[in-house]
Amino acid sequence: MADVGFLADCSGALFWEEQRLLIVSDLHLEKGSSFASRGVLLPPYDTVATLSRLAAVIARHDPRQVIALGDSFHDRTAHERLSEADREVLAALQARRSWIWISGNHDPALPSDLGGVVATEVAIGPIVFHHEPTGRSGEIAGHLHPKARVPTRGRSIERRCFASDGERAVMPAFGAYTGGLSIRDAAFARVFGASTFMVHVLGDNRVHAFAASRCY
Amino acid sequence: MSTLDLFSVTPSEAADLLPRRFRDWFASRGWAPREHQLALLAKAREQRSALLIAPTGAGKTLAGFLPTLVELSGETPGRKDSHLPLKGGGRHARGRDSATGRDGWGSAAGSEQTADPQPSPRPFRGRESDQLAGGEDAVVEQPRPSLISTGRSVRRSGGLHTLYISPLKALAVDIARNLETPVAEMGLPIRIETRTGDTPVSRRQRQRRYPPDILLTTPEQLALLLASDDAPYLFSSLKRIVLDELHALVTSKRGDLLSLGLARLWTIAPQMRAIGLSATVADPEQLARFLVPQPGGQSASADVVIAGGAAPPLVEMLDTRERLPWSGHSARHALPEVYELIKRNKTTLVFVNTRSQAEMLFQDLWRMNDDGLAIALHHGSLDVAQRRKVEDAMAAGKLRGVVCTSSLDLGVDWGDVDLVINIGAPKGSSRLMQRIGRANHRFDEASRAVLVPANRFEVLECRVAIDAIAENAQDTPPLRSGALDVLAQHVLGCACGEPFFSDELYAEVRTAAPYAALSRTDFDDVVDFVATGGYALKTYERFARIKQDKNGRWRVANPKVRQSYRLNVGTIVEETMLKVRLVRSRAGGSGSTGAIARGGRMLGEIEEVFIEGLVVGDTFVFGGEVVRYEALVEDQVYVSRANDKDAKVPSYMGGKFPLSTYLAERVRNLLDNSRAWNALPDQVHDWLSLQKRFSRVPALRELLVETFPRGGKHYLICYPFEGRLAHQTLGMLLTRRLERARARPLGFVANEYALAIWCVSDVPSMIRQGRLDLNALFDPDMLGDDLEAWLAESALMKRTFRNCAIISGLIARRFTDEEKSRRQVLFSTDLIYDVLRKHQADHVLLRAARGDAATGLLDLRRLGDMLSRIHGRITHKDLDHVSPLAVPALLEIGRESVYGEASDELLAEAAEELVREAMT
Repeated sequence: MADVGFLADCSGALFWEEQRLLIVSDLHLEKGSSFASRGVLLPPYDTVATLSRLAAVIARHDPRQVIALGDSFHDRTAHERLSEADREVLAALQARRSWIWISGNHDPALPSDLGGVVATEVAIGPIVFHHEPTGRSGEIAGHLHPKARVPTRGRSIERRCFASDGERAVMPAFGAYTGGLSIRDAAFARVFGASTFMVHVLGDNRVHAFAASRCY
Repeated sequence: MSTLDLFSVTPSEAADLLPRRFRDWFASRGWAPREHQLALLAKAREQRSALLIAPTGAGKTLAGFLPTLVELSGETPGRKDSHLPLKGGGRHARGRDSATGRDGWGSAAGSEQTADPQPSPRPFRGRESDQLAGGEDAVVEQPRPSLISTGRSVRRSGGLHTLYISPLKALAVDIARNLETPVAEMGLPIRIETRTGDTPVSRRQRQRRYPPDILLTTPEQLALLLASDDAPYLFSSLKRIVLDELHALVTSKRGDLLSLGLARLWTIAPQMRAIGLSATVADPEQLARFLVPQPGGQSASADVVIAGGAAPPLVEMLDTRERLPWSGHSARHALPEVYELIKRNKTTLVFVNTRSQAEMLFQDLWRMNDDGLAIALHHGSLDVAQRRKVEDAMAAGKLRGVVCTSSLDLGVDWGDVDLVINIGAPKGSSRLMQRIGRANHRFDEASRAVLVPANRFEVLECRVAIDAIAENAQDTPPLRSGALDVLAQHVLGCACGEPFFSDELYAEVRTAAPYAALSRTDFDDVVDFVATGGYALKTYERFARIKQDKNGRWRVANPKVRQSYRLNVGTIVEETMLKVRLVRSRAGGSGSTGAIARGGRMLGEIEEVFIEGLVVGDTFVFGGEVVRYEALVEDQVYVSRANDKDAKVPSYMGGKFPLSTYLAERVRNLLDNSRAWNALPDQVHDWLSLQKRFSRVPALRELLVETFPRGGKHYLICYPFEGRLAHQTLGMLLTRRLERARARPLGFVANEYALAIWCVSDVPSMIRQGRLDLNALFDPDMLGDDLEAWLAESALMKRTFRNCAIISGLIARRFTDEEKSRRQVLFSTDLIYDVLRKHQADHVLLRAARGDAATGLLDLRRLGDMLSRIHGRITHKDLDHVSPLAVPALLEIGRESVYGEASDELLAEAAEELVREAMT
């Protein structure tokens, strides 16, 4: 993208080799307890699950920097509900690397004691990292939780995916409880305009590329 | 203790059981009370609960209500006339006298200021008491309802006397209407009301304060009534509960919910006795357990009364003049003959197995309807008003034929149906018998039915079903063991009523037959789940939905919990439905991208699972026309009008019910006995003979496995005859094993009889060289680790889990207005399943889902039985090409869903295909 090569990891993370930069989007930590406070007692294991997947992908690429591309916490007080154990896991992941929390609509006011720095936008070379996609060239965003349904023999498979037209990209949500929005939704048309875009569907062990028009 | 009796009643005994007024009424209609009707009166007098097994048309409903009507009439049977002075103002007498007849009831029901029926304050026996342990044998004194004439109106001190539960709310309404006739004609002082989801709030409130004598309702409404703190007031006077269509209720989670409601009632009203009304079942004694409290450690059953005297049905298989199809389920070849049958008879019910089949058949029949016969369509996805219109037209004798699905399996009797046609596989003998019973509801006349097999395999199934009916062999499933998710819903419901002690509720729940064997651990886990989610990680204490007070009693934590319970009661989880909209086709403009035009005319709703099986461009029939699938955006399916005459996807969808174990066994017997083939149509006889020459016909206990090459792939096909669901599961597990054995399986297709898998590798040579051992491949140990591994990602298992999550109340399906106004709460239960499975694999909801998987979508129990049956009895035929028996299964490829859990393989294949497409 914009002459930069990115590696789409089948976990849903994006890796920029030269910069040794790992990007993950929409972690939605403590989504379970957020629902529980409203009477829907979802299993309280989503933060553990998300952090352990994050730990795995960090171990795989050993990045020098990590960008969490917004909506890292499901609500404004979610970070206060992090268990002691989860805090420690997070701190261990942040050790020996720089960490940037981009704020999103779910977590617009992140405190400064989470480790790393908080920002609304980061630009590295030709690339801009921002939570909500605006459609500008060189932007990598999250927020929309893209998913695609791929027709195969006799049935279809629905998975999370990256969406990109080579000028801009929308990342899949990384969080354990984060659902998805079909790439045929008008929201994607607003991001990509008239240009055709590709989806990179997360398989079990690899990522598969399709023209978005072939999916639904 | 129970007795199985065929009553023989003398006239004097009848007089002993029926008061004069009733005898006169029967006589005025030119009827005599039937033996089983009197038998139920006798049971009621002895304070016994009873199960009546009777075919349709036997006066079953009247039999169920007769004891109540007699008791409420205030008359003593056998004695000299003891009419109570109703003259001069009894509102029921007014109803009878008024020219409008039944309308008099309607107005009476709305005039409580004249009625003022106040239940006597009967002290509620606390749950501490152990009354119900005495069960059936403890005869509780039952005061006769006393009638006090106030001079202006009838005042009764009885309170609610009888509760009637029906699986269908429409049925409850119809029964109430039917019941009004004898009550009005005999001038009985009885108030009858219904309570369904449609009952206005004002009437519901009044029903709580001034209960009618007889209340007709559904299992869900009963649960709601019980989940309130005035339940003891409402129900403590209850003498009887009548459970209609019990055979249908007990096979589902609704039956579990009802059984828990019964257990509650046994505590509140120990004097209550039950009457179950059921079609013929395989094991009446088992079913009769449902009706009485189960004493700890033992089993108790209600008495069984079996109505005799029904004429055996006349069933034949359509001997088609046409060529019998190899596969498919539409039976299109036989449509002219079906049309002829409708024409020759007065009223014909044409049963098919699925909604879409009904749609197609209806459309085809109309195309050939040159005589303009009044033929209608009836299925569950049609609008309720539409369905009622068809039912009314039917009752009025205005229709010549109705194409219907199981939506008409139950319901009131219609009298004048003289023929039932069953298209396709009968699936089970009991189910078929019940359907056939819909024809000619005159009890002592034979019902007539014609079975129309849609393909060759179905000929076998029809043949053995006809034999089974001749022997009156039943194959209804055994009684369920109660589901934990339903129990969770009930526990929350109990907490919404009076606070409860765990010990007492546990004892009460175990009186319900499906939960008689419930362990204390399971019960406590369920309570823990209801309270705080039941997680090993105890972080939700502060969000608890139910809490213990200082005495240890559980109660709801806040009113919002109660509100949510009320909105979400019930065990029927509807399929996710998508809205179908008609738009203009974009097939013309090649390579078009972007969003499809929004809007378009609404055609109706369709099941999400059906759409998931489609590829853009497929055509199918919907709302009576052929449409092309264009796109799916959120909950909207966009279709365009297709000019094709035939739909590409027959959208059979398998139907809900698999071939019964019993009929499957009979089919295997028929195949094994080549002399019996002579009774089959020539085409089928020849087909089997050809199979015998070319390969082999599976013997009774063996599993035949054939392999052959075709189109560059290698096929492995086996014939377990265990139904589509079990085969589908087997297919999933076998492909995993074949993958490990490097046979490189690509996909499989399963139907009711066979399973076909295709592989890249040369499977037969692998078998020859000993690299693949069929006995090891089919070893029952696949139900161990392989199953576990597969369950981790199985879409069917996730769907099962979703249902459990909804029924148990973890996830709401209906929200209060306040919640709705917040952004719609949507999250994927699939993701929750993944996380929970990984972090707490023994969680009670996962146990509930696994319990469902044993008999539900995965049919594991049946698969397990089959694997042990065929263990060491596999016969392999190494063939050059496809065998006659395999043809039907292979023809299903491309019609039925093809599975392969190896998503990466499939995605890669899909990508390659698109590349090829692009290159050419």
